[in-house]
Amino acid sequence: MIKINLPTDEAKIRSLKVGDEVSIDGIMVTGRDAAHSWMLDEKPDEIRELLKGSMIYHCGPVVDKKDGEWRFVAAGPTTSIREEPYQGPVMKEYGIRAAIGKGGMGAKTLAALKELGAVYLHAVGGAATILAQSVKKVHDVIRLEEFGVPEAMWVIEVEDFRAVVTMDSHGNSLHDTVKAKSEKIRNELLGL
Amino acid sequence: MTFRLNHDRFRDAVLELIRLASTDMSPDVVKAITMARDNEDAGSAAKSVLNVILQNITAAQDGSTPICQDTGTNIHYITIPVGVSMRAVEKAVIEATRLATAKAYLRPNSVDSVTGKNSGDNTGIMSPYFHFEEWDKPAIEIKLALKGGGSENVSGQYKLPDATLEAGRNMEGVYKCVVDMVFKAQGQGCAPGIMGVGIGGDRATSMIVAKKQLFRKLDDLNPDPDLASMEERLLQDLNKLGIGPMGFGGKTTALAVKIGKAHRLPASFFVSLAYMCWADRRRTMTYSEDEVRYD
Repeated sequence: MIKINLPTDEAKIRSLKVGDEVSIDGIMVTGRDAAHSWMLDEKPDEIRELLKGSMIYHCGPVVDKKDGEWRFVAAGPTTSIREEPYQGPVMKEYGIRAAIGKGGMGAKTLAALKELGAVYLHAVGGAATILAQSVKKVHDVIRLEEFGVPEAMWVIEVEDFRAVVTMDSHGNSLHDTVKAKSEKIRNELLGL
Repeated sequence: MTFRLNHDRFRDAVLELIRLASTDMSPDVVKAITMARDNEDAGSAAKSVLNVILQNITAAQDGSTPICQDTGTNIHYITIPVGVSMRAVEKAVIEATRLATAKAYLRPNSVDSVTGKNSGDNTGIMSPYFHFEEWDKPAIEIKLALKGGGSENVSGQYKLPDATLEAGRNMEGVYKCVVDMVFKAQGQGCAPGIMGVGIGGDRATSMIVAKKQLFRKLDDLNPDPDLASMEERLLQDLNKLGIGPMGFGGKTTALAVKIGKAHRLPASFFVSLAYMCWADRRRTMTYSEDEVRYD
């Protein structure tokens, strides 16, 4: 298990390899489709400070508000490939060191990770309750009214947030490896 | 015999149904995941993922919190006694859905497709969704599935023949369609998945047949011997693909394959796959005037 404290830096992230398990402490920000197109199209300045050296978590949480304070109830990763057109440019613009999600991302993002010194981290899809338990505090929420609960950018402080490196900054992708192997078996099964 | 629907009692019973579906995994699914975990190699990523999944199931049950934050589309298959108003049933279920959202059993998941505005309470056009049937029993049965978006996005429909797969209009063709769809899904649908397959019908009924299969117990046996043997063959072969839990590689890509059929037009032959993520959240309520049972 490799410990990562946020904000982090390029050297730390470049040391990570596909298959490494990480445990993250610090402040990260959630962002899905609406947030990514907002960041790319409007390049808002209000989130620069937050995102530099941090991570963006593809997650639309279930939240609850008690005594005026937000709490994460369920918060697993969402499918990352929807952010494929945006991810590289957004990481570059804001100095983001990792995207966390599920299902992996494509060639464009893999190239960006190599260029920028960033990684893609895979959390266990559907493990929403235990991932929410690693969210210790909700610091802020950005664009809640406009984007709605799942799509808003939640600024969260995490402790021992677990994920696996499935795309590293050296051009390796576990998703490409598994796909290539399974394609061979698929062709055998189909007699193609 | 007349069946009197007590609105408040019924609404509260439905609220409990939603809570159970979202937070308390059916025992047959837990059993299948546990067996899959035991079958994966020691020290593998697959085993580790399945262990996290099992821990999460327990934590969700203990805290009454959603197993997955994508609490999905609420799909209701409802059977009512003669004379009960479908509108009255819908009204109570919609109220229960709003309450379940306020209690954070459900995420606000209903978005206007043109404006992008989230309604905030899981209601909207065809949301939630209802299928009604009628029976002679003095009870209302609701089968509720919470179908997550990730798995819905990798679900699909092929039509036979399919030249690229060299798939004809027969069971061998059906086999090829399912293998190809599960291959294409990779880990995106939150593997290991439960594969509901619909053969025949038109485009809509084919998918309804596929989705209805998701209510079957994972260890049941299809009474149709042709479908039963295809279910077994597909389950074995899908697990040879090596996609594994979350697509990290491993022995478990599918937890179950369940197939149903419908008559089709001579001109059409659809094969539909309703891919359900491992977080196979479905529960059934049988509501009568003197008791409420959940399965």
